[in-house]
Amino acid sequence: MSFETLDTLSRRHFLRHLATSAATIPALQFISHVKANAAELKKNQKACILMWMSGGPPTIDMWDLKPGSKNGGEFKPISTKGDLQISEHLPRTAQVMDSLSVVRAMGTREADHNRGRYYMHTSYVPNPTVVHPAFGSVVSYEIGSKRKDLEIPAFISIGGGGSSPGFLGMSHAPFLVDGSGRILNADMGDVSLDRLQQRLSMLNIVEDSFINSNRGDSGKAHKQVYEKAVNLMKSSQMEAFKLDKEPQNIIDLYSPQPGAAGRGMMAGGNGFGRSLLMARRLVETGVPFVEVDFGGWDLHNDVFRSLKDRMLPTLDAGMAGLVTDLKQRGMWDNTVVVWMGEFGRTPRINQTVGRDHWANSWSVVVGGGGLKGGLAVGETDKDGLTVVSGKSYQPGDIWATVSHALGIPLDTVHTSKRGRPMKLANGGTPITELIG
Amino acid sequence: MLVVGALVFGLSAAWSIAADDEPDQASPAETSETIAPKGGAIRGAAADPVVEFINESLRQGWSDNEIDPSPVADDAEWIRRVYLDIVGHIPPLEDLEAFVANKDKGKRAALIESLLENAGYVRNFTTIWTNLCIGQQTPRRVSRTGMQKFLREAFGRNRPWKDVVFDIVCAEGEFETNGAVNFTLAQMQDPDEAVQLTAKTTRLFMGMQVQCTQCHNHPFNDWKQDQFWQFNSFFRQVRKMDHEKADPKTGRRIDDYSEVLMGNFEGPVFFEKRSGLKQVAYPLYFGQEVDPGAETDRRKELARLMTEGDRPLIAVAFVNRLWAHFFGYGFTRPVDDMGPHNAPSHPALLDRLAEEFVKANYDVKQLIRWIANSDAYSLTSRFGKKNEIDNPSAGETPLFSHVYIKSMTAEQLYDSLIVATNAHKTGRAGWEQSEATRQEWLQQFVRTFGNDEGEESTSFDGTIPQALMMMNGPLVRDAISAKSGSHLTELLSTKAGDAQRIQKVYQTVLSRSPNPAERTKFLAYLKAGRDPLSVYQDLFWALMNSNEFIFIH
Repeated sequence: MSFETLDTLSRRHFLRHLATSAATIPALQFISHVKANAAELKKNQKACILMWMSGGPPTIDMWDLKPGSKNGGEFKPISTKGDLQISEHLPRTAQVMDSLSVVRAMGTREADHNRGRYYMHTSYVPNPTVVHPAFGSVVSYEIGSKRKDLEIPAFISIGGGGSSPGFLGMSHAPFLVDGSGRILNADMGDVSLDRLQQRLSMLNIVEDSFINSNRGDSGKAHKQVYEKAVNLMKSSQMEAFKLDKEPQNIIDLYSPQPGAAGRGMMAGGNGFGRSLLMARRLVETGVPFVEVDFGGWDLHNDVFRSLKDRMLPTLDAGMAGLVTDLKQRGMWDNTVVVWMGEFGRTPRINQTVGRDHWANSWSVVVGGGGLKGGLAVGETDKDGLTVVSGKSYQPGDIWATVSHALGIPLDTVHTSKRGRPMKLANGGTPITELIG
Repeated sequence: MLVVGALVFGLSAAWSIAADDEPDQASPAETSETIAPKGGAIRGAAADPVVEFINESLRQGWSDNEIDPSPVADDAEWIRRVYLDIVGHIPPLEDLEAFVANKDKGKRAALIESLLENAGYVRNFTTIWTNLCIGQQTPRRVSRTGMQKFLREAFGRNRPWKDVVFDIVCAEGEFETNGAVNFTLAQMQDPDEAVQLTAKTTRLFMGMQVQCTQCHNHPFNDWKQDQFWQFNSFFRQVRKMDHEKADPKTGRRIDDYSEVLMGNFEGPVFFEKRSGLKQVAYPLYFGQEVDPGAETDRRKELARLMTEGDRPLIAVAFVNRLWAHFFGYGFTRPVDDMGPHNAPSHPALLDRLAEEFVKANYDVKQLIRWIANSDAYSLTSRFGKKNEIDNPSAGETPLFSHVYIKSMTAEQLYDSLIVATNAHKTGRAGWEQSEATRQEWLQQFVRTFGNDEGEESTSFDGTIPQALMMMNGPLVRDAISAKSGSHLTELLSTKAGDAQRIQKVYQTVLSRSPNPAERTKFLAYLKAGRDPLSVYQDLFWALMNSNEFIFIH
């Protein structure tokens, strides 16, 4: 019988701690010591939160404004706590810009939604030979597999469409949840825990018959996946998906209209903020990679009004809230945050007062995890049309920087199913200014 | 809630036993001699020379490697496998019972014959090839229905495979009227100068992987970069036209139909060597030149060249793929990467099957008959006493001395759950309607099931969401609910004793009887005094969630 109950599991974990720690401390004192250690340990665990701006955000109106240029648009830059200026419609973020840096020299060439999405997630351009893993799957593979206490998946994607684990295999696929934290089919309905237990013991009888039928190892692999699924269903770590125990003042941190929002999930247009709060809870629980999707950036029309009224207030609150919350909890130095979309948008403003797809010169924001904040890395010309600071950066450089912060060795190589070696982050280089 | 009643299987419980129509049945003793499977007596069309050639070739491999084949599978193991492989779902209870009770020596060959005439065969192979041609998730501007319609007709009329390939390769027209164009449309998602279309066509139909040579000479095989572009130049006349229409409700422009047309293109294509040198390539098919002028319909020329000759690559590739369909492994790994760089495990057998397939005018059903009637396919999937080394999942070359287990596809799983709950008998609807219901369920399953295109799936690559879906999802929940007409209610309304009932549940879900230990344990659950319905529900649940259910063995 190997479908373990929560009790036997915690006992086993406890015993393992017991075995590896100094056994001379008196028992009672020892238990509290273990608890404190575990909390301390989690705090020191590295993680990454990716804020994915689906549709392609107009970074020229947000992080790299061009006042005085015909491409400049309607917004003014404001000073921040960092050594750079950003849009006037990101005032709360401006107050934490000493912690975040803007890479203003992205030059990525892929200006199609699907191709850009693939390139930014994997560091590789689409290629019919092979499906590359999204970076979240790489983190799941490199870091998640080593976190034995983690009972929930290591790559969780909130509200997004998901990306592919590629040749790393389905066990590193993003685990998809919607913004309310609902996991498809994790709910047992009206089946009691007792009844589940009975079903599982019945299942075990049949599983073992097949495993013992001399047909190779596949039967055993099946059983292991079921064990993981059952552990997940019963895990106390599932609490990380629930926001109802968060105090109102923490929820307010992420909300564009603090107080007015109430406790409803999407209240106050705060789906993004809620997702970020869930991401923080997941990271706190030990999940090493969380992707949060925030869509609606494909602003071919009416870009300024959409940004001012709708997109930027939500983004501003969520992003500033996340940084503040992570800092308050002492998690900032171990948690890397990345903000990006599939590409930027055209400096030229089109006839419908929108901006179109543009990958030639745009911005990505990074911070946390020990990376330097408050900087603008690279530079575009006065009209925002080209990168003028020499090197333009690729997604591989961003993910190499993140790898550096997470402690994944840069010379890591994965092997595709057809035996081709694939370099971590497509051989990208960490950005010197950020790792200093 | 799932509308299970809307499914059609067209199963005939009483398939005819056509033993009299079989060719002379050679006495198995004449051909099986010493190293033949012990139970070799249960065989059908043994007199067919192609089947004999398969048997001899594999036997040679067994003796060369000093292994003995596993014993012949018992009827229950075999009927489950052959149903899943040919019609794509587990056998209904009454078919299982009739088959096991049947004492006719030729019953296995007769069943193969009857399954090939079953509507489930057409449905199953349409599903498989639709997924291969356009993927499990329908790309934008592609008609799944159109693709299915084309393939359904192809398999339904047993059209020669070369005609099917010809039609797909040079298809033109609107995506519902000529469903064959959807293969091309699905490869034209990006404006990529037909790179994807070139790569997919050669890989799927010819078993050649040339994608890498788009950018450089292949490091492992004989393909050169200029060959890629010579092939590519056949596809450069393809034009895709997307039509829009006004949504009557909102007035907005929305997707209407798409079509493939022949566009203007003549002369060479240009490509760049790694050195930066510009090169040209003209349409050239293994040394055969095609007029590069504007008058030539290049795809038609390509389709003609691909489908002519005594042993064209499309025949070899199809044989290899179909063999892998039945045995879990093909003669090469992967099945769609053939060539001198990747020698097949049984070259003479592959060659002969390809030649015979061509001689039989690319008769797909005949090829299935040959493979499914072979001795090797009749064996158990258990390892025997002397064939542990025959373990391809550990990287060894397959010797086919026992059948390798494979994981059900999402479609096989869905259709099998329907059969196990009797839902296929409670209502009948047209193809389109039942297919719509099935697709709806499958779409949410695709993600959890993964889509390792072109990879063999004999090892279990299950995921947590997949297990959750089986444990708590609506399909299984629905399957064990005590609806009227379901196996469960039928079972509890009979006067049968518990031992007999347990037996029925096992046969319904796993197509076998419980072993004595299992019977004893489950009887104990019933004696423990809980409401019998809930115990039987849990038993159904356990069997449907088991490894034995999800594997084809």
